[in-house]
Amino acid sequence: MTAANDEAKSTVALLVTCLVDLFRPNIGFATVKLMQQAGFTVDVPTAQTCCGQPAYNSGDQASAQAVAKQVIETFAHYDYVVAPSGSCIGMVKVHYPELFAGDAEWRGKADDLAGKCYELTTFLSSVCKLEVTASFSRSVTYHDSCSGLRELGIKSQPRALLEQVKGLTLKEMEDSEVCCGFGGTFCVKYPGISERMVSDKVGNVKKTHAEVILGGDLGCLLNIAGRNKREGASAEVFHVAEVLAGMADIPGIGEKST
Amino acid sequence: MNLEHRSAARFKPQAAEALQDDNLKRALAKAKDGFVLKRLQAVSNLNEFESIRTEARRIKDHVLKHLDYYLEEFERKVIATGGHVHWAETAEQACNVVQDIIGGEGKQVLKGKSMVSEEMGLNAALEQRGHTVVETDLGEYIIQLAHEPPSHIIAPAVHKTRDQISDLFHQEHPKYGLHKRLTEVPDLVSEARQVLRDKFINSDVGITGANFLIAETGSTVIVTNEGNGDLSQILPNVHIVTASIEKVVPTLNDASTLLRLLARSATGQEMSSYTTFSTGAKRTDDQDGPEEFHVILLDNGRSKVLGSDFQDILRCIKCGACLNHCPVYGAIGGHAYGWVYPGPMGSVLTPLIIGLENALDLPQACSLNGRCGQVCPMSIPLPDLLRRHRFKAFQQGLIDSRTKYGLTAWALMVKRPRLYHALTSVLTRVLALMGKSKGSLRAVPFASGWTSARDLPVPQGQTFQQLWAKRK
Ligand code: SF4
Repeated sequence: MTAANDEAKSTVALLVTCLVDLFRPNIGFATVKLMQQAGFTVDVPTAQTCCGQPAYNSGDQASAQAVAKQVIETFAHYDYVVAPSGSCIGMVKVHYPELFAGDAEWRGKADDLAGKCYELTTFLSSVCKLEVTASFSRSVTYHDSCSGLRELGIKSQPRALLEQVKGLTLKEMEDSEVCCGFGGTFCVKYPGISERMVSDKVGNVKKTHAEVILGGDLGCLLNIAGRNKREGASAEVFHVAEVLAGMADIPGIGEKST
Repeated sequence: MNLEHRSAARFKPQAAEALQDDNLKRALAKAKDGFVLKRLQAVSNLNEFESIRTEARRIKDHVLKHLDYYLEEFERKVIATGGHVHWAETAEQACNVVQDIIGGEGKQVLKGKSMVSEEMGLNAALEQRGHTVVETDLGEYIIQLAHEPPSHIIAPAVHKTRDQISDLFHQEHPKYGLHKRLTEVPDLVSEARQVLRDKFINSDVGITGANFLIAETGSTVIVTNEGNGDLSQILPNVHIVTASIEKVVPTLNDASTLLRLLARSATGQEMSSYTTFSTGAKRTDDQDGPEEFHVILLDNGRSKVLGSDFQDILRCIKCGACLNHCPVYGAIGGHAYGWVYPGPMGSVLTPLIIGLENALDLPQACSLNGRCGQVCPMSIPLPDLLRRHRFKAFQQGLIDSRTKYGLTAWALMVKRPRLYHALTSVLTRVLALMGKSKGSLRAVPFASGWTSARDLPVPQGQTFQQLWAKRK
């Protein structure tokens, strides 16, 4: 499975994530394009909906388990499962096994799935060793989304990939590792606290004078883009996949089409 | 914020008020930068930080497994060195013990910083009996002047700006002969020192907390940066230590392992300026020290946490790193949490002590970003423990009906992919039409939680699944 030849024949299932499905299909297509560039066949199971985080993080274990079982069954027969999100992959990789701690059969299945699922930038850099061909002549700053960073150790992967993008300059912001205030249902349950957090984030972005904000999780990006608009800030927001695939030629998240 | 009537149950209004407080915002921003950078430096300078962390966890897990044994061993050693140990199940019992030891009325009591005494409500209890309580830690002294509770477990006055402290002294210290307004930190510190010095000499009782209790020697350990703890416990005739039961460690060596983590995680120092070990009462050939030495061991619900899903929180050494790195704490400060312990460790511990039903917001008001767990020197999985409280709240029907119905509707949909895709295609269409040509929306019906703080980016138009099906 590790030899390059075998990989060329493997099929990758795209776990598209509910937010990308709803708000920004372009990220899904960018992900597909990148995996195809790396020589994989991509399949998109239609039975997928959501990874179950809203239930899991609200304390509804039973619903979270039911949804997790559905995801496990939907993706069980693929060689790899890839999502353009550290948060959803963190859920599958870290929390599904915990959810079935007391259930040997499902724990086993959860572990199997956990072993073959990857967040996109990790997959591209460690499994595909993708050579990026895109160009993007703008200055960008990168927000490290919390689940990806702390549950999966995603920090250097997107940066290493972005380094290969022609024309792109990375301007690191202060506190790039600090939460943007999204936190799933947190942001609507505690809007005041979330507002302070996201406006701090937008403030740190402004200080870099970067033209573009990138990140690997659409939840955070919707939050940051929405706050950006509210404050009338000028930086555009894209998912890292869109830039890596050369598909950031459409308006940024929350921008009107011209 | 009405600090007298604050409570963990009123988290939301308290947080809202805190967010409006510009002084608080300034004070917190300043503190955060210092704490975070200094800790990072201290931790990176110590190559073996991770291995000490592993060892520290082992020590505490071992103690918690044999807590009864180590507490009794500690008690034996305290008695052998001429001290007394008092067991208190509740905060009230603990206060009564202190009252009995002090006896009488109208005594002057010196206090070193102790969060456990906050938990006991000790100052109020003592004042009720006509005793005068003098807080000797500078931060504690400041908030005592202001009649406020601590807002941080190691920096009790961190919510105050220098200007506010300067005003406070200007207002409260004329009685000690201060008539000009002091604005520089060193001047403020020396003013407080001056006033405290006299009180140190004339007090009857000294009460301190304990960072650790050492079973093999019967010693209690405190760390301070001002040396006030030493004076509080050496000068008066009676020294009372208030400590919660999980503070015990087996040996001096174990304590020194934990001390290596404590100051680095707390203030970024290698060691706090003063680390004071107290063992028993004054012996015949000692030059100074208290005639009486008492240790009060407070349970206050902790023994019920032992062996539960939440036992990990009892490893906490109260370093405050999780508070300093928590963006929610950084936004609202400590008072909004409504009880003694704020921030991530507080949001885990408070519901265990005062009841989840009285602190429902605490485990929920967290984005689960994980930074607290990452910096905790005792490797306490704080986000997991918060989530565990959420499971419990859900199981016990303690969540609000909006969330409950929302989740039910959501679960109905996501478990039926065809229905889900049909509904999401409609939803994206509607949103896309509403936001046509705008890119993002300022207001969306039923989504005020989102749009009160930010615009809602408009979906591209069709769902990925729709487009993918067409493309194929
Ligand atoms: S939970 Fe960890 S980081 Fe927080 S105060 Fe306790 S030991 Fe320190």
